[in-house]
Amino acid sequence: MNINLTLIAQALTFAAFIWFTVKFVWPFMLRAIEARQKIIADGLAAAERGNRSLELSARQADEVSRHARERAAEILVQAEKRAAQLVDEAKTAAKEEGNREKAAAKAEIEQEAARAREQLREQVAALAVAGAEKILRREVDARAHADLLESIKRQL
Amino acid sequence: MAAGKELTPSEYIQEHLTFFSEPVAGGGGFWTLNIDSIVTSLLLGIIGIGFIWWVARGATSGVPSKRQAFVEVLIEFVDEQAKAIFLHGDRNRFVSPAALTVFVWVVLMNAMDLVPIDWLATPLHWLGLPAWRPVPTADVNTTFALSISVLVLSLYFAIAVKGVGGWIHEMFCAPFGSKPLLWPANFLFNCVEYISKTLSHSMRLFGNLYAGEILFLLLWMWAATGVVGAIFGFFLGLGWAIFHILIVLLQAYIFMMLTIVYISMAHEHH
Repeated sequence: MNINLTLIAQALTFAAFIWFTVKFVWPFMLRAIEARQKIIADGLAAAERGNRSLELSARQADEVSRHARERAAEILVQAEKRAAQLVDEAKTAAKEEGNREKAAAKAEIEQEAARAREQLREQVAALAVAGAEKILRREVDARAHADLLESIKRQL
Repeated sequence: MAAGKELTPSEYIQEHLTFFSEPVAGGGGFWTLNIDSIVTSLLLGIIGIGFIWWVARGATSGVPSKRQAFVEVLIEFVDEQAKAIFLHGDRNRFVSPAALTVFVWVVLMNAMDLVPIDWLATPLHWLGLPAWRPVPTADVNTTFALSISVLVLSLYFAIAVKGVGGWIHEMFCAPFGSKPLLWPANFLFNCVEYISKTLSHSMRLFGNLYAGEILFLLLWMWAATGVVGAIFGFFLGLGWAIFHILIVLLQAYIFMMLTIVYISMAHEHH
């Protein structure tokens, strides 16, 4: 255990090794490690962002589908209402049409009846004139009494 | 062994505890280099840190290869420790990479203890090397080199953060108080703290690894006594090696943690 010049030599060697490591070994490795750490951190952040946007779009999709469902329900209600309204309108229209046709039929019937009555009256008048002619054939000059006959016929 | 002669147990241990040292500049004593410690530690450092450098250069921020993932685990392990202790600014600028260097290098140097010593030493004998101790951290020169470097770093950061005046003020006015009467006590206390931190930092590592080395040597010596010794030596050696993996990693971890702690303490204002 004797101290000698070896000590100085070893110290110089040690200093050289430390210098070399500080200068050439550590920075390279550290750069690689730090770059990887950054990549990993970025990846994790991106994953986090992706997750968040997925959540957000899921919520949006939910919102949209809920909205659509509500709208559909609303449309359904409106359509039902409209259908009921249409049925009502159709009913009313049909009733009115029926009434109108009934009225038209009634009017026609009345017209027919009036015409029949008119014909009847003319026939009765003709018959009465004919009967009067038969009775009065001789005494009555058809030409002389034409005015009279005409007025009688008109009164019938 | 290499010389072909029988070794006594103490000669065997003595041989494996001898450094391959060369005097430099014509001097002996302090002016000696332990070639084995220097070469082994240099090779291990180049292999370990070179491997990490090689992986780091091709590092991708995409899906990492297994090799890169391994290095990343290592780096993040060290960085976690630094993050928990060092709260005084950008740890990536110095503390974390320095801690990584310490950890990798010390683990590899400690792990040399797991290499069967005779398998390494014998071929080197054949190559003409007189001795070779493969565990650089079982050499006090290495552990003191590390801990004194850390001391220098902590002094540097203390002065860099607080300024020379601030640091001197702290040396004399902390921890007991700034009364002039307490200045000597404070100064003494701080000096003892610096010295004891450095001593314990290095001796803890040295002691553990040295003890591990000796224990292996004793086991291998026992294994050389005969069949029974070989069997016991095998199983005990296996057990010790497995336990030693823990020591190898634990001591490197402790050394790294203390390095971070001392540097981070240097940043603290009192």
